[in-house]
Amino acid sequence: MSSALTSTVLYDTPGPRARARYRAFGVLSLLGIAALLWYAYDSLAGAGQFAAAMWDPFQYTAIQQRILDGLQSTLTAFGLAAVLSLALGSLLAAGQLSDHRPVRAVAKAIVQFFRAMPLLIMIFAFYHSVFATSPLWALVTGLTLYNGAVQAEIIRSGVNAVPRGQGEAAYALGMRKTQVLFTILVPQAVRSMLPTIIGQLVVTLKDTSLGFLITYTELLYAGKLIASNTSTPNGYPYIPVTIVIGVIYIGMCLALTALAKWLEARGRRGANRRTTAAA
Amino acid sequence: MGILFEDGNFALFRAGFLQTVELSALSALLALLLGTLLAAFRVSPVPALRVFGTVWVNVFRNTPLTLLFFAVAFGLPRLDVHFSSFVFAVIALGSYTASFVCEVLRSGINTVPLGQAEAARSLGMNFGQTLGLIVLPQAARSVLGPMSSVFIALPRNSAVAGAFSVSELFSVQGTLTERGYNILSIFFWLAAAYLLVSAVVAVIFRLLETRLAVAR
Repeated sequence: MSSALTSTVLYDTPGPRARARYRAFGVLSLLGIAALLWYAYDSLAGAGQFAAAMWDPFQYTAIQQRILDGLQSTLTAFGLAAVLSLALGSLLAAGQLSDHRPVRAVAKAIVQFFRAMPLLIMIFAFYHSVFATSPLWALVTGLTLYNGAVQAEIIRSGVNAVPRGQGEAAYALGMRKTQVLFTILVPQAVRSMLPTIIGQLVVTLKDTSLGFLITYTELLYAGKLIASNTSTPNGYPYIPVTIVIGVIYIGMCLALTALAKWLEARGRRGANRRTTAAA
Repeated sequence: MGILFEDGNFALFRAGFLQTVELSALSALLALLLGTLLAAFRVSPVPALRVFGTVWVNVFRNTPLTLLFFAVAFGLPRLDVHFSSFVFAVIALGSYTASFVCEVLRSGINTVPLGQAEAARSLGMNFGQTLGLIVLPQAARSVLGPMSSVFIALPRNSAVAGAFSVSELFSVQGTLTERGYNILSIFFWLAAAYLLVSAVVAVIFRLLETRLAVAR
């Protein structure tokens, strides 16, 4: 957050000699980066990856439609998983904060178990056992269970970070447990943890690409279909497809991250200065 | 549940398990080295290196791991880069995890008190010495917690390699499924093995934390 601060404290304000040295380093590293980029460009061009025929397919409406369909499937899985994991997360967080020991123990066990399981294994297990005909639901169930457990931990730590006085004041006003939790603690917790929650949503979005491995026709799978069905004089356009799909994914994730950053900046401003450390 | 101990399954399972451990360990090593280098780039006085580090982290942190594996497995051979699928997996997993290591280390650098770097500078240390001898060792100690979650996630992520023709633990699943065993018992043992790896990593970090934690 205060990277500007540290990056200036790690070295003195450069004098004339240091400036010259930094400039020399700068030129050297620029040369190194340029060499790296040129090497990448050269090997791509050498393999004919920049040939017009490689990129032509992206002008066809059928191919564009396929990418859009893939994108839509990705967003469907993401939307379902996001909503369901947040719901499950709130439920499990409420369970972990319960006054009843058995409820607490069960919620804690569920959270620990699903946080520790490899997501891919869960998705495959669901695909092979329950949702053999519907990879979408295998993917969404796996994503929901894993991310729900993580969101539960985030929400719980947010609730615990709300100052004790808030809950005590609410009890003093005669509110019941549920009222205190849902009208006093959770709104404040969600506000302070929103950047972290969105950060986890970015992970959810990225993990939808695991659907590729269970033949769910999401973005990456659509890309593979395009690449393996288009024959050009220079071979199949796997690299152009990877670049296009990668740009789409990075764009979506950066947009979500930007939203989180904006919310964080908004939350810091004004009366609500309390920020909790990211988990 | 007893399928693990029937006709030669155990040897298959053990081979997959060892491959997973090897893959995770090598990727962890690559991620640690590359991540530290990137963190140094991101706080360095040279703008070109800072930009390089930032771009690397933003690209690799926002790319799904499956896409990275896809790019490495289908893309690199087309550029006449030919390695075994194991090496490809190490490259993909290592460079992906490196971006997370870099961000964790960088947040650790922010927790080191300003006086430390100032004292180092006033002793006449240059940037490399300040960072390498004074700041990074303290930063690494203070971020052992977040670092442990990065390295606990690594073996779990390595399961994706199994789908890209590395014969590790997860791909054992395919073989066993073909042999017609009960799905649930296969996944029971797989889950147990991955949980074991995660637990070992967690214990290692717990030990490191108790030995190295800084009392402030």
